[in-house]
Amino acid sequence: MNPTRSETFQLQTSDDVIRMRQMVRVWMVEMKFGLVDQTKMVTAASELARNALAYGGGGSVCMEALADDGRRGLRLVFEDQGPGIADLELALTDGYTTGGGLGLGLSGSKRLVNEFAIWSAVGEGTRVTIVRWTI
Amino acid sequence: MTAIPISKISEILTAYEKDILEDWVKEQLSAITLRRDLLSEADLRRESLEFLKLLTQALERGNPQDLATAEWTPVRDFLSALSRSRALQNFSPSETATFIFSLKQPLFTRLNTATGKDANALLAEVWSATTLLDKLGLFTIESFVRSRNEVIKRQQLELLELSTPVVKLWEGILALPLIGTLDSARTQIVMENLLQGIVDTASEIAIIDITGVPAVDTLVAQHLLKTVTAARLMGAQVIISGIRPQIAQTMVHLGVAMGDVVTKASLADALSYAFKLMAITFTRKTT
Repeated sequence: MNPTRSETFQLQTSDDVIRMRQMVRVWMVEMKFGLVDQTKMVTAASELARNALAYGGGGSVCMEALADDGRRGLRLVFEDQGPGIADLELALTDGYTTGGGLGLGLSGSKRLVNEFAIWSAVGEGTRVTIVRWTI
Repeated sequence: MTAIPISKISEILTAYEKDILEDWVKEQLSAITLRRDLLSEADLRRESLEFLKLLTQALERGNPQDLATAEWTPVRDFLSALSRSRALQNFSPSETATFIFSLKQPLFTRLNTATGKDANALLAEVWSATTLLDKLGLFTIESFVRSRNEVIKRQQLELLELSTPVVKLWEGILALPLIGTLDSARTQIVMENLLQGIVDTASEIAIIDITGVPAVDTLVAQHLLKTVTAARLMGAQVIISGIRPQIAQTMVHLGVAMGDVVTKASLADALSYAFKLMAITFTRKTT
């Protein structure tokens, strides 16, 4: 599926996370997503961006607007070149954290979106892809 | 270039101080960048004369190639102060730097007269004078930018303070309306303000209103829970209000549990709950 619009942002500071959140909000308003959809996607994006920053030592996010059969979608691909995740299943468990947080960021964002895919290799980095569709 | 006879510049500055000052002030007054609305001619003349005197002294004693030395301290201090006052008065960087750069013409004219027909000597003099003035000009711009950054930093801090006011709603009831993004720096201030407010007013109930917070992710939730726990340790009960439908749904999916923290949809609900806790009742007067 080819995106109709795509843009990449760097995530190096916590200010970048805030700016990215605003961008996600703006895109979703333009794509006529509802308020609940917006809030869910912005929250998931915020979690994943923070992860890329805190565990991956900074990374990037690629925002893509999708169109498929009359429905619209927003895809976000978070990438970092950090240490990677050794045990994905454990990392996706509610309450598991290595960074002193609530341990809900990764598992929680999975529940906030329609599509969720994660790839990680130890020593190479982590890539998380999320998509949220309009009904 | 061979040894630069820099002494010549200080000699000229001493000998023609009055003339150079006149020309220089005239030059500055005619510059289109001069802000007459912000700076009077008398002030400009006073500043220019002071700078010439300091420059002459520094040239007599110090090495013109190295402005970082102690001999140049008075000149640097003067330029820093000048840049700061210009920055605070909303001058632009070029308007500020013009102060130094406009000295070039009057000085070069005098150098020309002083060196007579010796072109090599003139070139050497002009070269050393222009290097010196360029350095001073750059120093002025750097100080200017530094002062501007200080202003910005101060405003950011003021904004942090302003955006987290703790208000007293009733005897024993505090409210903290939060607006905007809660990052770590702001949350820290929010927490400190609230805890201090609880001590200062001896309040039993604190209401944190998050109506103005656009999204609650796990980090924000964790910050809120920590604030609640800290307030409880101080003997105050915390109510979180302003949880809008979309925030509530998101928090449920995210899996954030607020535990036994009392949450309400609106600030009004939270206040009436607080009144109930404190056994305060109201009746409408009927006559």
